[in-house]
Amino acid sequence: MEMRFVWQHLYLVGVACVFTTIIGLVLGATAYIFKFVRPTILWVVDIMQTIPVLALLGIIMIAFGATSTTVIIGIVLYSLLPVVRNTYTGLENIDPGIKEAAKGMGMTKLQRLFRVELPLSFPIVFTGIRIAVVTSIGTAVFGAVVGGGGLGSTISRAILIQDMTTLMQATLTLMAMAIIFDFGMGYVEKRLNAR
Amino acid sequence: MVSVFLENENDAIDREELYMIVYENVSKKYNDVTVVDNLSLTINDGEFVVLIGPSGCGKTTTLKLINKLIKMDEGTISIDDKNIMNIDAVELRRKIGYVIQQIGLFPNMTIEENISVVPKLLKWSKEKCHQRVCELLELVNMPYEENAKKYPNELSGGQQQRIGVLRALAGEPPIILMDEPFGALDPITRENLQDELKVLQKKLHKTIIFVTHDMDEAVNMADKIVFMSKGKVLQVASPEEMLNKPADPIISNFLGKLSFSPNGNDLTCADVMKKKVLIVPETKKTLECVALMKKRELNSAVVVDVNDKFKGAVTIENIREHGKPGEMISKILDTQIETVMITTNAKEAFDKLIETKADYLVVLDRDKTVAGIITGSSMTKALASVVWGEEN
Repeated sequence: MEMRFVWQHLYLVGVACVFTTIIGLVLGATAYIFKFVRPTILWVVDIMQTIPVLALLGIIMIAFGATSTTVIIGIVLYSLLPVVRNTYTGLENIDPGIKEAAKGMGMTKLQRLFRVELPLSFPIVFTGIRIAVVTSIGTAVFGAVVGGGGLGSTISRAILIQDMTTLMQATLTLMAMAIIFDFGMGYVEKRLNAR
Repeated sequence: MVSVFLENENDAIDREELYMIVYENVSKKYNDVTVVDNLSLTINDGEFVVLIGPSGCGKTTTLKLINKLIKMDEGTISIDDKNIMNIDAVELRRKIGYVIQQIGLFPNMTIEENISVVPKLLKWSKEKCHQRVCELLELVNMPYEENAKKYPNELSGGQQQRIGVLRALAGEPPIILMDEPFGALDPITRENLQDELKVLQKKLHKTIIFVTHDMDEAVNMADKIVFMSKGKVLQVASPEEMLNKPADPIISNFLGKLSFSPNGNDLTCADVMKKKVLIVPETKKTLECVALMKKRELNSAVVVDVNDKFKGAVTIENIREHGKPGEMISKILDTQIETVMITTNAKEAFDKLIETKADYLVVLDRDKTVAGIITGSSMTKALASVVWGEEN
């Protein structure tokens, strides 16, 4: 097993999660602020998860070809749900007294969002990001199908040539990755919640 | 230090401007329910006005109409002769302090940051914001060094609401709205904050509109009480006037205990006696009896026989002088104790207490069991509550 595939895998997950976080926060906040688009946004991110990953990647490939871009877009679409949901829920569940105070003091909607509401809901948003990161490690494996590289390609090649050792190595590496991220971010989460 | 605060600041804002708030025929409906019904009211500059009434009377709605947290359906509200409909809501709110029952400090900000929210929104310089925070904290005796860098959850509820009030004052607004600000605090903290707020108001001459459902609070704080019921104003009056001449049965009902009722004639001993009495059977031994008295911090005990009927009383001196250890208290019992029946008129009991110069009277039930005792202090307390209202 070549280390290069591990780095490639981490790269796919990393880039995808940066986009997931940004897009997820924007969509979550939009759903919170604008009542009329709320059902649509929440419905769309829900639906996204019901599409099989392979089919989703196939559709994206039509537009972007067999590249890592296709894989990254696929991962982003697939892992948006927890970030959007948690952002929306986090913002929605802030103590009404705090919201009323912010409004009554003359903060605009955006000032309220950036100075008070987003900072306060960040621990919950972070939980969403953690879930997104851990799922994308698994989702990225499908990237091999559309030529995205990563540990997925190591695994599919190992299956073809029936190389059990490499197969096990790659699988264990993926598991370790998921566990490390889950624990590491879980620790940060605890610290955030303790504040 | 307070005078420095006043000299330095434009807190004594250009007083030519009059921040008078005028409601004209204001109505607000939620679906079909009228919460504020054709309300007209004038609040003068620098006045401490308390809106009070039973829950659901529309007092909070009336308050929130001023800073446009709630939009009215009909009528106009003007501040300083300007219709608030023509003022941008955000601009308006920055000029009106707002304090709520839930306090609503921002938990992600330090005390200093919390207080300087509005000054920052008003684009004050950093130095000016900082200076303002120092002055305000000094005003409530919470030293800057100890408190400014703390987060709200490190403060007690009372301190948090002090900061809540400071935060409302920070932008030097001429008007402050307070929505049951002390409602969630314990009674002692509550009284302290009421007193502090009264002092602040005297110094700063803000126009304060204060919502409460607690008449004690209203009487304590208000220049003018506005009594509301079902969205209408029933009476606007000074506390004194409202207590003396409530304009409506709803008000006198609400005032209840606070209104003056000199009628103490129908009080009986049951109303003025102390129920917590140490009762011991006559078969108790002297030392045991002393131990019981010590535990309860009493110097005497009422003694009863096996059937719980009253026999007499013992005092600790009594036991010390005449009692031998291990002896039953029935031997040293003082049976010459004045007694009254529980149904006896309180005034009779009072006269008896004075005439006989006894320390106390024992109150007996019909079956001669002990119901309580009347002492000078229990009598005073009972009379005080008749005159000034029940202390909870």
